[in-house]
Amino acid sequence: MFKKISLFFLAGLFLLSGRVQAEEAIKVGILHSLSGTMAISETTLKDVMLMLIEEQNKKGGLLGKKLEAVVVDPASDWPLFAERAKELLTSQKVAAVFGCWTSVSRKSVLPVFEKENGLLFYPVQYEGEESSRNVIYTGAAPNQQSIPAVDYLLNLGVKRFVLAGTDYVFPRTANKILEAYLISKGVAKADMMINYTPFGHSDWQSIIAEVKKFGSTGKKTAIISTINGDANVPFYKELANQGVTASTIPVMAFSVGEEELSGIDTKPLVGHLAAWNYFQSIDSPANTDFIKKWHAFTKNSKRVTNDPMEAHYIGFNLWVKAVEKAKSTKVDDVLKAIVGLSAPNLTGGTATVLPNHHITKPVYIGEIQKDGQFQVVWETPKEVPGDAWSDYLPESKNLEADWTAPINCGNYNTVTKKCGGAAK
Amino acid sequence: MLFFALQFSTAVVPAAAEGLFLSPEALAALRSSKVADRDRALDELAAASAPEALDMLRALAAGSLHMDRESGELFVLDDKTGTARGVLDGEVRPADGGGLRRVGTNTAQRDRILSILGARLLSHPDPVRRRAAAAALTDGPMTVDRTQLEALRDRETDEETRESLDMALALMTAQDAAAAPQSLLKSVELLRASGSPRAKTVLESLAANPDRAVAVAAAEALEHKRIVSDWAAMLETMFFGLSLGSVLILTSIGLAITFGVMGVINMAHGELVMLGAYTVWGLQQLLPSQPGTALLLSVPAAFLVSGGVGVVLERGVIRHLYGRPLETLLATFGISLILQQAVRTLISPQNRAVGIPDFMSGLWRISGELSLTCNRIYILCFCLAVFALIYAIMHKTRLGLEVRAVTQNRAIAKALGVNASRVDALTFALGSGVAGMAGVALSQLTNVGPNLGQSYIVDSFMVVVFGGVGNLWGTLSGGLILGLVNKILEPASGAMLAKIIILAGLILFMQARPRGLFPQRGRAAED
Repeated sequence: MFKKISLFFLAGLFLLSGRVQAEEAIKVGILHSLSGTMAISETTLKDVMLMLIEEQNKKGGLLGKKLEAVVVDPASDWPLFAERAKELLTSQKVAAVFGCWTSVSRKSVLPVFEKENGLLFYPVQYEGEESSRNVIYTGAAPNQQSIPAVDYLLNLGVKRFVLAGTDYVFPRTANKILEAYLISKGVAKADMMINYTPFGHSDWQSIIAEVKKFGSTGKKTAIISTINGDANVPFYKELANQGVTASTIPVMAFSVGEEELSGIDTKPLVGHLAAWNYFQSIDSPANTDFIKKWHAFTKNSKRVTNDPMEAHYIGFNLWVKAVEKAKSTKVDDVLKAIVGLSAPNLTGGTATVLPNHHITKPVYIGEIQKDGQFQVVWETPKEVPGDAWSDYLPESKNLEADWTAPINCGNYNTVTKKCGGAAK
Repeated sequence: MLFFALQFSTAVVPAAAEGLFLSPEALAALRSSKVADRDRALDELAAASAPEALDMLRALAAGSLHMDRESGELFVLDDKTGTARGVLDGEVRPADGGGLRRVGTNTAQRDRILSILGARLLSHPDPVRRRAAAAALTDGPMTVDRTQLEALRDRETDEETRESLDMALALMTAQDAAAAPQSLLKSVELLRASGSPRAKTVLESLAANPDRAVAVAAAEALEHKRIVSDWAAMLETMFFGLSLGSVLILTSIGLAITFGVMGVINMAHGELVMLGAYTVWGLQQLLPSQPGTALLLSVPAAFLVSGGVGVVLERGVIRHLYGRPLETLLATFGISLILQQAVRTLISPQNRAVGIPDFMSGLWRISGELSLTCNRIYILCFCLAVFALIYAIMHKTRLGLEVRAVTQNRAIAKALGVNASRVDALTFALGSGVAGMAGVALSQLTNVGPNLGQSYIVDSFMVVVFGGVGNLWGTLSGGLILGLVNKILEPASGAMLAKIIILAGLILFMQARPRGLFPQRGRAAED
């Protein structure tokens, strides 16, 4: 009897103290642009985070508390990213932040996270050359995307390479690494053509004609594309119009996924390539389940899934595990717990957090199909550990990131044995 | 092991045994989830002569071969009828998408299949099919051997096919280290006229031939090719320039009317172009099986949609702001944002996929070196037609006369009985409608999304100002000149720098001629 009364009492207290309970909830920050040019890509990531948080709450929350999503809109405005991040960390006091897409937005929030000792999960493939104590990079480092992709092309017998990109930091750095890598593989400078175009470039006629000429020497030629966003549609359309197909000059893209293809008529593009760590078409029970949940959550059975979404899935599960292991949401405890933790990815493998705050990922090469999906044509036999500092650039080949004792440093020079030492 | 497996299959599936043209290993390779495994099945299919094997190759190349996830049975899926036909038993049943997985192939495998199928087409009874198959011989890897090819050539009755076969034979001879100088010389003669890039590389290797006569002939043929391709490259650049120019003209000609003739700075012009592009998408949604008809229908439809929005704009907002350019600029800028956001909320923030009809895609091959893209040719013609139409309206019709009268002297035109406010609305509708038609052309070239208009508005103003405000000929020549200069500069300077150079050049030009290429003269140019 006493037990029953106390239960009633507890239940009453629970109902009355709804406000108190909300304050006790663990806050999770979501820092993705919901307006402006990046809204196209980032809105999806906000949705996937809301779905993951909702699911976790259905399972009973975390450490006995509910999770609460705090969504802010940095509006594709890089300085605003820093302001919103500061707001999340200082006034909302979130336990972790999932966010950013472009490299420039990540660079803009980095000092805030380091100063306020926050924790950011960054879900997009990026150019590397960075490792912060306060960031877990769940997207691919160059050695988990571009290097295996180039290896695949070299295996196909490609001898000449066109490196085409949009003129900003990711393509410039990625191409610098690729150039060094190709030279190390014996490709001559004369067999490389490097081309940069402005954002949203729409008239590709002469560039494609030049590529065709470059590819008509009898040596097999391929395009490695770091062309971003909107410029891709006219680029692929012009390729198709000028009769460039995947059998003559294949395109290997690093920024074109399911979401981007959903705006293109993909019939003329069949066979062109993309390198990612996840494709929606991969046949695994975890993926089928994820897609089903995603369609149910968005109430739209046509919504596609893509690589950065999987990165958030992995990142969120890793964070949940780390919090459970540390029995605390304090950033220092979570960071200590998270290194070495593993969580299943959506393609049937596992993702492990490395001491350099990157994760292990399988690499897939896919060919575009008529229906806008990818057919996997090649994959790494096992997961590839992410490398923060490229081994192919002279200025970073001696650098290593290790956030465990005794090194505890994001740019440790293995030659001079000093932290923060430049490579020279 | 193989024997046993074969026996096993005949024992268990007697009905399919006669039609079983594949070994169990090959079937397993087809069923594997790894694409690379398919190579093994292809080896066998290439050698098989059964008609089912050809069927299967065709299905593989088209991506319509599917496998039941549970039973491992193979089906050819027919998208149109929604049925699946069993490959082994030929039974047709309704397809349920869920349980089937596509048997994927990679590009190299598809190329191989196409060349196997192509080789069989060389002896096809239809001369058109033979012609295409023979022309494709020199492009891809050749799977036919010499004696086969020679036999085919001797039997061939179609002139064009014979020529292609001769070319393929010449390529084979030229690559044959043991060939006699006599036959090499003959090959060089043939390859000299060929536009195939393969011919060039082969000639390059022949130029180093130990036989002097062959080496000289090859070097001479190469030089000839170089001159031809230089000319082709120049013509190509001109064509690129003209086609970029035609896009610029299309997007700016509407502006030449609203801004040039009426003096309204319409920042929402780009969004009217965007609405035209969305009209194509909308009509294609209504007529999903006929993208070509939808595209043609959308020319008048886009004119009406954008023209209609233009009338509403003019009557609702711009009419109240005549003579106040700054307010007009701000108001129309606001309207452009409203239109963009409306499309984002009502349709989607994502780009829409607009289908390209068959007649709009592909190349027009003029010679081996020079081929022009069909869609650009159509757009160039479309641009000229639109220009001629606008010019005729402005100079040959009553409306055009009234428009010119109102712009030259509003008060006197009104005194002579012209309904000035009706003329304003119609002129604005005409300019807006033309913007919509430009959108139809752009839908074939670029993204159809909410931001479509933004990327063209600055260029459009540039063309109108450069050509001379209020002059249609100025817009035409301004657009063509800007397009040509851009394309001539681009290969040398890169796309980024070409844009900067043109802007800088334009500013300098405006210093010398502030009223553009074709300034208005006389009383119309008073202010």
